[in-house]
Amino acid sequence: MIASVFGVLFDGFAYGMLLFILSVGLSVTLGMMNFVNLAHCSFAMLGGFVTVTLTNELGWPFLASLPLAFVSAALVSVVFERVLYRRLYRASDLDQCLLTIGIVFVSVAVAAYIYGTIQQPLNLPLYLRGSVSVWGQSLGVYRLFLIAVSIAITAALVAALEYTRFGAQVRAAVDNQRMARALGIDVDRVFAITFALGSGLAGLGGALAIEIVGLDHAFAFTYLIYVLIVVAVGGLGSIAGSFVAASLLGISDMAGKYYFPELGAFLIYFVMVALLMWRPVGLFGRR
Amino acid sequence: MVTSSAVAEPQRYLEAQIRWRPAEIAFWLATLLPFVLTPNYLVLASQIAITALFALSLDLILGYAGIVSLGHAAYFGFASYAAGLIAKWGWGEPLTGLVIAAAAAGVLGYLTSFIIARFRHLALIMITLGLGLLLAEAANSASWLTGGADGLQGVRMWKLFGVFQFDLYGTTAYTYSLAVLFVCFLVARRLINSPFGLALRGIRENAIRMPAIGAPTRAHIRKVYTIAAVMAGVAGALLAQTTETVSLETLSFARSADVLVILILGGAGRLYGGLVGAIIYMVARDQFSGVNPQYWYFWIGTLLVAVVIFLPNGILGGAARLVRFFERSRA
Amino acid sequence: MRKALAGFATIAAAVLAVTSAHAQQAIKVGVILAYSGQFADPSAQMDNGIKLYMKHHGDTVAGKKIELIRRDTGGIAPDIAKRLAQELIVRDNVDMLVGFALTPNALAAGDVSAQAKKFMVNMNAATAIITTKSPYMVRTSFTVPQLNQTLGSWAYKSGIRKAYTMVSDFGPGHDGEAAFHKGFKDAGGEIVGAARYPVANQDFSAFVQRAKDANADAIYIWTPGGPQPAAIGKALAERGVDPKKTKVLGQGELTSEDALKNMGDAGLGIITAFHYDYNHQSAMNAAFVNGYRDAFGRNPDMFSVGAFDGMHVVYEALKKTGGKTDGESLVDAAKGMTWESPRGPMTIDPQTRDVIQTVYIRRVEKVGGQIVNVEFDKIDNVKDPFKADMKN
Repeated sequence: MIASVFGVLFDGFAYGMLLFILSVGLSVTLGMMNFVNLAHCSFAMLGGFVTVTLTNELGWPFLASLPLAFVSAALVSVVFERVLYRRLYRASDLDQCLLTIGIVFVSVAVAAYIYGTIQQPLNLPLYLRGSVSVWGQSLGVYRLFLIAVSIAITAALVAALEYTRFGAQVRAAVDNQRMARALGIDVDRVFAITFALGSGLAGLGGALAIEIVGLDHAFAFTYLIYVLIVVAVGGLGSIAGSFVAASLLGISDMAGKYYFPELGAFLIYFVMVALLMWRPVGLFGRR
Repeated sequence: MVTSSAVAEPQRYLEAQIRWRPAEIAFWLATLLPFVLTPNYLVLASQIAITALFALSLDLILGYAGIVSLGHAAYFGFASYAAGLIAKWGWGEPLTGLVIAAAAAGVLGYLTSFIIARFRHLALIMITLGLGLLLAEAANSASWLTGGADGLQGVRMWKLFGVFQFDLYGTTAYTYSLAVLFVCFLVARRLINSPFGLALRGIRENAIRMPAIGAPTRAHIRKVYTIAAVMAGVAGALLAQTTETVSLETLSFARSADVLVILILGGAGRLYGGLVGAIIYMVARDQFSGVNPQYWYFWIGTLLVAVVIFLPNGILGGAARLVRFFERSRA
Repeated sequence: MRKALAGFATIAAAVLAVTSAHAQQAIKVGVILAYSGQFADPSAQMDNGIKLYMKHHGDTVAGKKIELIRRDTGGIAPDIAKRLAQELIVRDNVDMLVGFALTPNALAAGDVSAQAKKFMVNMNAATAIITTKSPYMVRTSFTVPQLNQTLGSWAYKSGIRKAYTMVSDFGPGHDGEAAFHKGFKDAGGEIVGAARYPVANQDFSAFVQRAKDANADAIYIWTPGGPQPAAIGKALAERGVDPKKTKVLGQGELTSEDALKNMGDAGLGIITAFHYDYNHQSAMNAAFVNGYRDAFGRNPDMFSVGAFDGMHVVYEALKKTGGKTDGESLVDAAKGMTWESPRGPMTIDPQTRDVIQTVYIRRVEKVGGQIVNVEFDKIDNVKDPFKADMKN
């Protein structure tokens, strides 16, 4: 049925867009400085909880809370970068993993302490609920919103990368860090700003994720795997890579569930392993 | 032409490494203390020994060959189920069951080693993760075989050597686990302090360079990976036999992540790192989950961050630095 | 000097005697729950249920003081649960084991209870076979077949002829599927399709679309508590499945208080089978709910009532045995016990040591501005059908 194929593509693409927003920051920072930040999803979780607190406790409208989710995650990440991460840029992969996993553990415990271990409820504004009928297809309004936001973000990122000086510096630093330094680019500063932006995007992603996949204290763990899959499959340091990988994974996950429900999560892991075996650096990765 | 002195240097180095240091002897004697000091904690002690063995197996590939694996629990869980099923289907003899289950894990390790040896960096990490997750999914789906989320039921072990029953107090369990751990440790120790072990360290430091000096990198990686899989399998089989139960958790990402954390905490590449890490982690978890169960993650997270900042080579690395510091101040 | 020593020894002996006698006066109850991790909230509710019972009935039974010793399994961890059970018995000398939110943990501890001959009260884990693991175990919660097979036969009686089922792909989900299929088909219904979704699934739109495409009279969904019920409700709304037209059936977790809060109006019309809701109208329940709200600031749920009734069994059994704590006496005292619980009437089946209770059929409706489960039908004295079939 063409109708259901379209439905699967639409839902899968929307899910993929969510994964994209969550992962793009990690892909770029990993590609730039090779810093393995496994706590990336803790920032996402932070953004989600900021939104939950603002909308439930303080009565803010959902849309207004989104920029704050972004900003709060970005600010907190700056603090972490200054205080902790900076010391470990030269350290081994394993040490970076250990430090950031420690941060994940602490963030999960803190979230459980403050918010409990239940699912966080979110009251979406009425205009974002339900579905609309487009060409006889029932499309979820929230998913349309998600796709719109992601495309806007992608456009902004690409534009910034291509048309601004800062973007040029980012591209240079990802391509060849040493050369960029030699040319006088302050790579550490570029990295710090990129890291803040990436974490902010993760926070935004966390806020947007609540309606689709729910938010609880263990979010930082649960989504880590999916984000790592997107980053590995897409290729480090590549926005296009994250976009394509996230869409691919979102759609194949949805298609798998619709056509082969018994396979379940099998498909997404299988696709990942197969893709990585074929192209170990990821679809758009270099090296 | 290789002159005799060129061979003698590394040989002397290896011989020096093989000699037993007093600290090591003290460590192994200390493992006998629980029988005397804490006889009510032997079940915990046996689970610590099993985790230590699992961490040791990971050390072989991570600490010595530099392969970061996020899916090592696959071999642990696979052998756990194998050992459980062997007992469930009627053959409850512990030692033979252990050997068969570990061999099964070894076969699985051998087959996957062909994939593992071909990749490095992030791709390797994600592939090990993916393979582990796939196996866990398969085990969940095959609930007719594995019991699914309820775990494997009906595992009944016969008496060890026909004499020692696995009892409520855990005496047999701890003796068994400790003995097996020690034997495997001896094997690992011999392996590491051999030319093969040196080659592994070379691969870890610079995998591209190694073939230039004649070391067959891929073959070595496959060999050590298979051995590590067998050892992880031994640990998994021990768990199944001493607890007479197997659950999906033995194959989970959580278990792979836990053992990685334990190894790095103790210090990878130091043979005893996994053992020390296992003792500290599991004792801490046991104590904390009594006092304030919710906040175990908070404390372990803080501990990890502290260890990384202040003790970058794990606890044993820090201890080694301390020892060198004292030696230098004495000299 | 000798006299002083003798005097001292006598006093010491007396003190020891008094304290050890005092210690003997305590009844130690080992509580094994998953206090940390994913199942922390259900475990907290169960712990609250235990605390509330002890608050209402005091902490002394048959002249002895009840002492709780709590242990955390951290989630699904049968090897840890088994070790904790062993340690509680060997190290802490507990007289009985209670708690158990999760099936694998209950099964593992069951082995220990049988080996050590200790009384065990399973206050939640719902897989049917659990009570067969130890002759000293009773259950005070429910079993999956008890609820779902009953729902299946009720569905047919209420006019549904074709049903599509979708369940979570793990043990309890498979049990729910099997039980519903049996109840529904035995009554004469037709199952037009059955799907299993991955345990960790968050996005249900694909599965709901499949269900909708099957064009059945009803869609039966089995899901554990947590994030999924709300996600399912939202997916149903998004995909245009109207519970008022196509009946949506499930086990009570689908419409738990949390889930309903998250689903909002999307949940209206969903029909579930369950053994307890805090809105159940009875004097006993009103007292229970008010006491619970006063003490803990939230509503009780099935976890709370399972633990509450579990403690009831502990107390009444001890009263019957006059304080004797060996497994044999306690379980014999528990068999056949029948009482009025906040959920309604319940009995411990003397043959299977499992729970016999009323299964309520409820529909989600808006009452006074709140979205709640409203009981509109019930089946009394339901035994666990799975074990009943095992005998035949």
